[in-house]
Parts: sequence; C-alpha cells; structure tokens
Amino acid sequence: MTRLIVLPWKKSVEIAYKSIRARFFRSLVTTFTLVLAVSFLAFSQVSIDIADAMLVTGDTTLCQMLMRCGYDIMPGDTSLAASPKQRWIVTLSLLVCVVGIINAQLMSVTERFREIGTMKCLGALDRFIVRIFVLEAVMEGFAGSFVGALLGSFTAFLVALLRFGTDTINLLPWQAISVSTLTAIVTGIGLSLLGVLYPAVMAAHMQPVEAMRVEQ
Amino acid sequence: MSKKHIVRVTDVTKDFDLGKIVVKVLKGINLKIETGKYVSIMGPSGSGKSTLFNMIGGLDKPTQGKVFIDEVDIAQLDAYELAWLRCRKIGYIFQTFNLIPVMTALENVTLPMTFGGTPNEAAIERGMKLLSQVGLEGRHSHKPSELSGGQQQRVAVARALANNPSIILADEPTGNLDLSTGEEIINLLKQLSMEQGTTVISATHDFKMLNVSDQVIWIRDGRVEKIQERDELEIHTGGMSS
Repeated sequence: MTRLIVLPWKKSVEIAYKSIRARFFRSLVTTFTLVLAVSFLAFSQVSIDIADAMLVTGDTTLCQMLMRCGYDIMPGDTSLAASPKQRWIVTLSLLVCVVGIINAQLMSVTERFREIGTMKCLGALDRFIVRIFVLEAVMEGFAGSFVGALLGSFTAFLVALLRFGTDTINLLPWQAISVSTLTAIVTGIGLSLLGVLYPAVMAAHMQPVEAMRVEQ
Repeated sequence: MSKKHIVRVTDVTKDFDLGKIVVKVLKGINLKIETGKYVSIMGPSGSGKSTLFNMIGGLDKPTQGKVFIDEVDIAQLDAYELAWLRCRKIGYIFQTFNLIPVMTALENVTLPMTFGGTPNEAAIERGMKLLSQVGLEGRHSHKPSELSGGQQQRVAVARALANNPSIILADEPTGNLDLSTGEEIINLLKQLSMEQGTTVISATHDFKMLNVSDQVIWIRDGRVEKIQERDELEIHTGGMSS
C-alpha cells in the first residue's frame, strides 16, 4: 500500500479561491496595498519612459519643456535615469507595502489557526498549507499588481498629456511602456509572495494541538 | 483468547513546561484498547483526559513512554507517515466541531478523501452516502454556519468516517450540544461502531456515554484510576440512577 497523501493542484486552487472569497474585504485591503505600491512604481517608470522618448527626438522645445517640468538634463544626455531620491521613494513605498502585506497575512493566518489545525488532523501535510497560502497570495498579487500597473501607467500617460500637450501621443514609446508595466506586475507578485512566506511557513509548522488550543 | 489491541499506551507521561514550573499532566499511563470496542475515557476537568486523547491521536508527543497504534510506535513515524495515519487510520471528532467554515458540508466530508487520493467522483458519491447515513440528506450544499450545532457535529461524524478509519477519536463530542442532540450523536457513534466494527474512543465527562460504552477508563490526576467493563458498569450506573 502506498502511504501517500495528496492534494491535487486543482483542489488547492479551489480552496485558495474560496478562502479569498470568504474573506473578501480582508483580501481587498491586502490587494489595495499592492495596488497603491505597484501603481506608484509603474507611474514613475512609465513617466521616465515617456520623458526618455521625448529626449531622444532631440527637439529643443521638447527638451525645454522637460527641464521646465523638473527633469535635470545635461547637454548630450540620451536617457533619463530616475533620480536617487525618486528611487528611494519607490523602494520605500515597496517596503511599506511588504510590511503591510505581512501584517495582513499574519492576521489571516491567526484567524485560521483552528482551520489549519483541523486540516492537519485530517492528514494535510505542511506543504499543503504553505501551498494554499502561497496560491492565495499569487491570486491577490496578480489582481492587485495588474490593476496597479494599469492605473500607474494610465496616470503617467495622462500627466504627460497634460504637461506636454497632445503631441506626445505620437511619441509614446509603447515597447518601453509595456516592459515597465510588465516589470511592475512581476514585482508586485514578487512582493505579495515575499509578504506571505513567513506567515505561511509559521502556520504550516504549527503542531495540530497548538492550533486547536487557540480560542476563537 | 488473545485479542487484538488497536491502541497500546505504555508508561506515558506528559509534562508541560510553563517556564517557571513544570506541570505533570500525565504521570504514567498504561492502557490497552481492543479492536472494535466503544471506550470512554472519563474524568474531571484537568485530569489529563484531553492530553491523553491527543497522545492517542498522534496530535502530541509524550514526554516519556510510547503510544502504539496497530502495533506501530507513532514516535517512529516521519511527517508523511503521521499525516497518512491521521488521514486513513484515525477519524477525529471535536467538541467544537471544527468544520472548515468556508467549505460546504459535502466538501468538508470529502476533504479527507481528497487527501487520501480518492478520485473526485468517488469521493462525492461516498460523501453523499455518508451524509445521508448521518441523517443530513439534502443539506450537502450548506455551509457550517447554516447548520445547527447537532447538524454540524453530524457532518463532523461523517467526515471522521470518510476514509473508513479503524479508530474514531471523539474529544467531548457532546460537550457543546444539548441533552437530546448529544444523545443522538452518541447513538449514532454507537451504531456506527457496531455496524462497521470501528473502535470508538471518546474523552468525556458526559454520563450519557456510560450506557453505550463497552469499557470505561477513569482518569484522575494523570493516572488511570480504574477500568470498568460493561457488565460491572451497569450495576454501578443502575445504582446511581435509582
């Protein structure tokens, strides 16, 4: 007889999806943290992409417009890197986002101690628990990052239109913008995973008795 | 006549280290439980019966001594084998029901079968059969929050039976139920143990349990006080009730 305990992927996804739906508001808060951070990241990246495209044209009026908007352009520059300050702010916002996610996921784990303990009594392995939490994080991460990246890129686009006029539409570097948006999405999912790892492993390593002893 | 012992507990002690003091909850328990019996572990609160119950169920490890289930020392099992044991050999019933709140009654019952590798259709079919066996036909799509306490405990009984375990461990199964509902659950457990030859071990301080038990193990202060067989018991409880 094979002494194997299994949890098919389809079932894990189903359980994770149901858990998110059951705690919709909580998941929404977690997701919203991610939306904000990722949209900020996407906004600053796409803004630089657009400014880059304007600079590359070599048009002096465009360059003057950029300088008036606060970009530091040295003569002979062909691309604009984010200023160190800007990078710091983005990094900081991502850090705050991860801390927020860890906080929300720890709450979610604590709330579900009994559920986790029960599952372990029914024969769930540690890695099933980790897997369910990670799947939830990936789903939330994808939804949040997707919305955030679109929101950020769209805002950057709108701001460019307002600042530099409608002529910029023809200059939009679509390829760079899509790369930046995708990077933002992947970063967002990464952050979500980073945030769930500690809570999930903590939950999975708990002895069933300890989990059951928790009062609710 | 040699009888098969499904559970054997030898010299089990359990200490809880609370930092400043060490509480000795179990002080050397020796037990043998025969296959197919309905055994009640009785004792006042704080006597260690829940701790003993957790040891037998492989949910906690003894400080000293050994617990054998089907002649296998559970301290020797690795995480996979322990999970397998919990999934296939033992069915748990808890005082607080412990159904998974986000799943329907049917999903709660099929979850152990999913872990055990039963294909989905077969699991659903068996789940429906078990639910009707515990008298919950037509309630399979209800969430635990939409069921009464007694109904939730019935779902828990069905879930405990899902993988045809050899042992059902019930920790105060009637603790959160009213008198008549508790009696229904007790009768359900008794009927199942008689029909399927499943060993039922329940930790309880509910005297209604005595009537159906084949054997009662009295625990007091971390030790086995006495073990009574059914025939000795009836005189005793008869004397009490008259």
